Amino acid sequence: MDQEKQPFNPLLALLAALAALFFVFPLIGLITGAPWGHMTSVITSKTSLDALGLSIVASLASTVIALALGFPLAWLLARGRFRGKGLVRGLTTLPMVLPPVVGGIALLLAYGRRGFIGQPLDKATGISLPFTLAGVIVAESFVAMPFFVITAESGLRSMNRRLEDAARSLGAKRWTVFRRVTLPLIWPSLVAGTVLTWARALGEFGATITFAGNLPGVTQTMPLAIYISQSSGQLDQAIALSLVLVVVSLVVMIFRRRAAGGG
Amino acid sequence: MLEADIQLQLSRLNLEMAFTVASGEVLALLGPNGSGKSTTLRALMGLLPLTRGRIVLDGTVLEDPAQRVKLPPEERPIGLMFQDYLLFPHLSAVENVAFGLRAKGTAKKAARDQALQAMARLGLDGLAEAKPGSMSGGQQQRVAMARALVTDPKLLLLDEPLAALDVSIKTDVRRLLREVLRRSSAANVLVTHDLLDAVALGDRMVVIENGAIVQTGTPAEVTARPRSRYVADLVGVNLLRGTAHGAVLEVDGGGQLTCAESATGPILALIAPAAVPVSRERPDGDGQNTWPGQISAVDLMGDRVRVRIDGTPAITAEVPPAAVDELKLDDGGQLWASVSPAAITVYPP
Amino acid sequence: MGVNSGPGASRFSTRAGLCSRRASLRRHVKPLAVACAASAVLVLAACGSSAGGSSSGASAASGKPSGQLVVFAATSLTDAFAKIGAQFEKANPGVTVKFNYDGSSTLATQITQGAPADVFASAAPANMSTVTDGGDATGTPQVFTRNTAEIMVEKGNPLHIESVKDLADDKIKVAVCAPEVPCGALAQEVFKNAGVTVKPVSEETNVGGVVTKVTLGEVDAGVVYVTDVKENGSKASGVTIPADQNSITDYPIVQVKGAPNVTAAKAFISYVLGPNGQKVLASFGFLPPG
Repeated sequence: MDQEKQPFNPLLALLAALAALFFVFPLIGLITGAPWGHMTSVITSKTSLDALGLSIVASLASTVIALALGFPLAWLLARGRFRGKGLVRGLTTLPMVLPPVVGGIALLLAYGRRGFIGQPLDKATGISLPFTLAGVIVAESFVAMPFFVITAESGLRSMNRRLEDAARSLGAKRWTVFRRVTLPLIWPSLVAGTVLTWARALGEFGATITFAGNLPGVTQTMPLAIYISQSSGQLDQAIALSLVLVVVSLVVMIFRRRAAGGG
Repeated sequence: MLEADIQLQLSRLNLEMAFTVASGEVLALLGPNGSGKSTTLRALMGLLPLTRGRIVLDGTVLEDPAQRVKLPPEERPIGLMFQDYLLFPHLSAVENVAFGLRAKGTAKKAARDQALQAMARLGLDGLAEAKPGSMSGGQQQRVAMARALVTDPKLLLLDEPLAALDVSIKTDVRRLLREVLRRSSAANVLVTHDLLDAVALGDRMVVIENGAIVQTGTPAEVTARPRSRYVADLVGVNLLRGTAHGAVLEVDGGGQLTCAESATGPILALIAPAAVPVSRERPDGDGQNTWPGQISAVDLMGDRVRVRIDGTPAITAEVPPAAVDELKLDDGGQLWASVSPAAITVYPP
Repeated sequence: MGVNSGPGASRFSTRAGLCSRRASLRRHVKPLAVACAASAVLVLAACGSSAGGSSSGASAASGKPSGQLVVFAATSLTDAFAKIGAQFEKANPGVTVKFNYDGSSTLATQITQGAPADVFASAAPANMSTVTDGGDATGTPQVFTRNTAEIMVEKGNPLHIESVKDLADDKIKVAVCAPEVPCGALAQEVFKNAGVTVKPVSEETNVGGVVTKVTLGEVDAGVVYVTDVKENGSKASGVTIPADQNSITDYPIVQVKGAPNVTAAKAFISYVLGPNGQKVLASFGFLPPG
């Protein structure tokens, strides 16, 4: 059924245009302020390549962790029946509302060298998370996982569970039901959740710098490198790296729409 | 052959049903909302565990709490049709139909071939690759039919299969369903609230209210002598409960009627609305079976008009449409109803 | 008892006929609303572009200082300047001093990008040059104090770190400031003077970050200023760096060009350079400008 064509509303159009421009202008600023002359040398400098490599590895690893741990959690929240479900949901989405640096401090107090988990871990195995790539991954997972949990839970809730009953009545065992009915039906929300998660992990700064520290080649991800650059007056490097991040993010956004089924 | 003894305790309902369905037979399950019809189906499916009882299908025990036997839904040879079809929206029609076959291990190609044949038998040629969203209600229900039947189930459960269809196509689908059920060798349980479905498709009828069976019989028997208000309402007749003392009937809740037949003890009285003449003034005569009441509703049903009169007892009368103007029924007020003794059919509850 | 009003039944109603329930679309666009939106945008733009001069209540070019004074100061000056600021406010009622503490390189960048500061106190001449070279300073910067480096360790020095050479040990976790930040540059100089290669686990954006890492126990040692060790005496211990390995950094202060509150800025700089300010700085362990 076709939608009725909206009569043209100039006020609505004006406000919408302002909103769009609000987002577009900073992007234009980035593009015009970029050091196009020596862009290649800036982007391929050791600092940039190290930061980009770390960012990609860490954000992908965090996303995988977020999926592996977040999906069972989302499943339980959507379908499980237990007391305190609201509390669990609140706690697991807390990192979304906390300022990231607060998350970083909390991570230190738990998993840091003197943390109540980190200390026995360090003593027993010598493993210490801060100042390592693992620490970066932990920090990024911490802030990004809630995005996946929320999206996946919402997808699970909104699917018609009676379709699963129908599948079972046709003789499908539980795993087949999941694989051929549930998963395809929640697929769009899983894709959306994964992309959101990955984007959040890629852009993570406050928790990373507080918990994992800042060391080029070890823990200095793109956002950290950009921050250090701009704070020491190396604006060229900052802008160039920013543009790289923007391009990478745009590519994934486009990929996401096609993976989820266009639209 | 299905032998079902279902006893279930739920928060809102206590279900106690026992019935059998022979292979090839269609049992129509009729009842008001909340009476337990869908719950019965879910129990047969295996989605709700029995508290007590037993379900045996063609000699195999599907469930027996006392023996700790409970086959999960996927192991029961049951086919289902739902009011909302429940076709998998992300799969094409032929993939939907082939789903049960593939789930039970049939190879992809073989399953697809069987599915296409099943679809052809139901007049669904050319729709193999269509997605459910692009099909009409009638087509979707036929795909659902094919999907349920292609696995050769021993028990077919139909949950109000025609309820969501437009009136114009309902007749055609009903006819198709009747042919299909006639040819099937499975035991069939049809849940419906539409009397026409029950009469057209059912070999036997079971009326259920508040989790218990209140009447069984062939559709003809049940509709001729309804033993529950629910069926009486569906059929469209007056049903009074009372106590008979010979030819006099003391109606529960007030009122007295003279019947042509004699009886004793608790009794049900059936009066067709068309057999209730009405008038604004007290009719002449001996005053037998004549009483007044306030008009509480006037309903137009096709080409007939039904008037509900709240008297002692309350009764529904059927009048020709012209009478609405003649008697100024729209204004409400008092109306006299009368019934001839011969028009009252009595039978034991 | 009633007869079922099944599908197809329609009530014969004596009430009035159907009422149509079509909501009417509002199609009129009030030109007034458009004008309001447009003007709101213009007003916002105007507010944003103002140099913030309207909010600081600048006083007359000469006379008693008053109004708000914004001071950008290196992190290492946090506690000393807080005290100086309080004293300055007491001596000049009507003046409110607001501080922005961060790494000197961050502050310098902010000032060259147009941040509304009145005074800039840097922890190293290099960062001050960024501001003066960019033409963002008024007058010549003056050195108002000096500082030197010290190793900060966990309270009680449980690992018995005794010298800069000990920091080169791989088993010791060391934090320093990033090289672009004054305390980081200072640390690099110390390591060069001592002839050691130290591999830190983290390069913080300001010296406060290093202090935090040490006091939280995340690292075993950090290279900070002597003033930081003194300030955190209850939470950490210090290991002195001998003069032949150490380096002394000058802290310059300058009035920012286009300062909204010139009078107060001049007065504050004088206060810092004067006996009162110097006494406070000395009490926190800073070295005299000499």
